[in-house]
Amino acid sequence: MTSPRDIHAYLAEFDDIPGTRVYTAARARVGYQLNQFAMSLMKPENRTRWKADELAYLSEWKLTPEQKQGVLDRDYNRLLDLGGNIYFLAKVFSTDGLSFLQAVSTMSGMNIDDYSAMMIAGGRSPEGVRSIRENADKAAADEAIASTDVSGMGDQ
Amino acid sequence: MARITAGVACSHIPALGVAVDLDKTAEAYWQPAFAGFEWTKQWEKAEKPDVVILVYNDHASAFDMKIIPTFAIGCAEEFQPADEGWGPRKVPTVIGHPDLAWHIAQSLILDEFDMTIINEMDVDHGLTVPLSMMFGQPEAWPCKVIPLAVNVVTYPPPSGNRCWALGEAIARAVASFDEDLNVQVWGTGGMSHQLQGPRAGLINKKWDNAFLDGLVGDSDALRHIPHIEYLRETGSEGIEMVMWLIMRGAMGKATRELHRHYHVPASNTAVGHIVLEPTP
Repeated sequence: MTSPRDIHAYLAEFDDIPGTRVYTAARARVGYQLNQFAMSLMKPENRTRWKADELAYLSEWKLTPEQKQGVLDRDYNRLLDLGGNIYFLAKVFSTDGLSFLQAVSTMSGMNIDDYSAMMIAGGRSPEGVRSIRENADKAAADEAIASTDVSGMGDQ
Repeated sequence: MARITAGVACSHIPALGVAVDLDKTAEAYWQPAFAGFEWTKQWEKAEKPDVVILVYNDHASAFDMKIIPTFAIGCAEEFQPADEGWGPRKVPTVIGHPDLAWHIAQSLILDEFDMTIINEMDVDHGLTVPLSMMFGQPEAWPCKVIPLAVNVVTYPPPSGNRCWALGEAIARAVASFDEDLNVQVWGTGGMSHQLQGPRAGLINKKWDNAFLDGLVGDSDALRHIPHIEYLRETGSEGIEMVMWLIMRGAMGKATRELHRHYHVPASNTAVGHIVLEPTP
């Protein structure tokens, strides 16, 4: 079997991936209303009402003030932190007329041209972005080597 | 008797569907992504499958957060292309095969896979893009389709091992269906991609190609890859590749590779595609 027996260890590993929010049950719970709001934009009549008055439309949903602000700001990284899922949030950016490429680039901290160029050049390498823990261990080891080198220099 | 004659895997990137629908497939950006499907289009014309069991995931189209089935099988007479927020794709209605679908559903449940049965459902790009890649733009799809939707959005998705075992059970179910049918199983999604957060845009060619290698021959090593490895190595949405293992499981003990294609990028994603046939 591939299934881990220890659910706590299984879930804990997801927090060790740099720059990634895995859509766990905990996130799905806090994001339920946010994601269902986004889903409502699948209907053309809802898109029309949403575009006419975003605040009024949001008031019909039980979102937290932070979630509402995140939606109004189109701050997708923030919305991921607040329980949003990318396939649901896609309804919001699609309604804005953005492609996945455009919307995803906003989360990467790159502009669309730089992001597109990175993708055409083969995408973001997994090197150095696999594990927060491994990166910290490596940084500590590098620091230890550096301080050894410095003391070595002093002996000469 | 019905028989599974081949397995196909491919990415189901929505932008590929858009490129087909807007006649952009010959453009310089898209041409290399589509070129690797030409072989398969010709092959499918010769193979003439009666039914495709199409494993895919819904992307917040038919299913919202109200109900999250792990494995759902479409038993309807037909399935309409979903409106994903910009109007439905102008592709043919997907015609089901309710007799075989219900037979598989019943067989799987008796085989201890607790399937969700879907009698009414629209199908999104996860299902229609692979049909476009393999069949182009016909007036009607040339075969019947049984949609098999897998939850790979809300964690935990099913394990790779469970997906493989489901494929094995699908093969047993098909083999016990009386009608003489040529059946293919398709696994879709992937390959490496991450559509969220600061790590967005991750691509892992080395891992993807090792995964393609692992589908060929008699090894079952891929079924033991844990979720965390897909996430770390292939991006948060790379987890979709567990769906390819349902196809691989349905091929039986060993496979032979008929065709393979890999290209980066299409939008945010690595395009992967392989055609397999079961070998004794």
